[in-house]
Amino acid sequence: MGLLSKSPKGRAAELFAPLNVSAEFDWVRNPEIGSVMVRGRAGGTGAPFNLGEVTVTRCALRLSSGQVGHAYVQGRRKQDAETAALIDALMQTDAASEVQRGVLDPLAEEMRAAKATRARKAAATKVEFFTMARGED
Amino acid sequence: MYVAVKGGERAIENAHAWLAEERRGDQSVAELSVDQIREQMSLAVDRVMSEGSLYDPDLAALAIKQSRGDLIEAIFLIRAYRTTLPRFGGSEPIDTAEMDCDRRISATFKDLPGGQVLGPTFDYTHRLLDFKLAADGETPEVNERPAEIEAMPHVTGFLNREGLIEEAVDASDAPPRDLTREPLELPADRSLRLQALTRSDEGFTLGMAYSTQRGYARNHAFVGELRIGTVPVEMDIPELGFAIEIGEINVTECETINQFQGSKTEPPQFTRGYGLVFGQTERKAISMALVDRALRWEELGEDFVGAPAQDAEFVLYHADNIQATGFLEHIKLPHYVDFQAELELVRKLRREVQAEETLEAAE
Repeated sequence: MGLLSKSPKGRAAELFAPLNVSAEFDWVRNPEIGSVMVRGRAGGTGAPFNLGEVTVTRCALRLSSGQVGHAYVQGRRKQDAETAALIDALMQTDAASEVQRGVLDPLAEEMRAAKATRARKAAATKVEFFTMARGED
Repeated sequence: MYVAVKGGERAIENAHAWLAEERRGDQSVAELSVDQIREQMSLAVDRVMSEGSLYDPDLAALAIKQSRGDLIEAIFLIRAYRTTLPRFGGSEPIDTAEMDCDRRISATFKDLPGGQVLGPTFDYTHRLLDFKLAADGETPEVNERPAEIEAMPHVTGFLNREGLIEEAVDASDAPPRDLTREPLELPADRSLRLQALTRSDEGFTLGMAYSTQRGYARNHAFVGELRIGTVPVEMDIPELGFAIEIGEINVTECETINQFQGSKTEPPQFTRGYGLVFGQTERKAISMALVDRALRWEELGEDFVGAPAQDAEFVLYHADNIQATGFLEHIKLPHYVDFQAELELVRKLRREVQAEETLEAAE
């Protein structure tokens, strides 16, 4: 669920579309846009304080086979919330391994790669100090 | 006599139509897309998100477009939109020690674990206009280096080990007071002050912070650590019964280390100021940390020396640019009746003074 909440817009649906998985469902809770108040801590480790809100879309659905899927995704993304809830529900069915292989694994790999690229760019800006001759000889 | 008047509807409509045309500018120049603003004006987007108190880069970019680049107007639009959203809940406090850092520097320790990582900074640029940017949009190739998996502990943690710096611990995890849900009332505890400061106007906060450096509150601050990067946001989901990641945000965190001679209640040690702001907003985060430290005089047993930055009422009640601009700009709206009354009063006073003068001259 954490993976789907942060995935790029539309990407999960793109990966899901070619899978041959039946996805009939009824809404338990229609997609709804709202906010979550993000908290920080004073000094990083002290008392919590309110930092500001973040937009979030949530929904819940029930597959015709009965499994319930929930989704909370960052941003205003009703379509992505639907896909995320559908995947959450399908992960409780026989289709779990297919969805894992077809959607979740590649999504995790893409997001890991994007983070790794950023980390390598940051690493290239790491300062290497060297000491000049101090003139004591 | 009060005379109710109506009018100006057509003038207002026409003014708004003209505003839309002026916003678009010369139509022979390509129109800016919201995506372009989000990607290429990203620090403006970050400012609008932080002072608008709503993390949503698409909305902030739209607000900047709509406001013709007037960032306070854009912040106003975001604040107004924010009030229309149902709130699903509050997150677990974010863990900045776990940040994926784009930038992480310390001005106090040269060789710190994790190193000094400059990131995409304006520092060390020559501040000369780059006319190549006007000519073409090419970007240089960015170098990469293998990233070591290395922890980046908070700098203040090292000082903690020697007991040289005050600890930032708080056992209570009670939900903090929220000034978006209740009026800002004094005395404000540190949590409430930090909320007010993180959404405060960058210019105001910078000015206040600068005043403490120039001597109005005697706080010599070092940037113990400045880090910019992404952190996950987790929230407890009642229908699931556990916490999940609901997103990821980019934040700037600044911890200052301030010299402290000791007071009646505290030993000589270093004290801390804290800044945490949405987006890549380091000027604001450093300013926030300095002002936070100045406002802590009471809990550290320092004297109130009358500095503006120590005065919570002064700082917190004037730091919000939407409140400020709302009150300031309302005076340009029709005040015909108020002014009529003032006019009558001044005329009356003048008549009285003139009458007295005539009387005196006659004597």
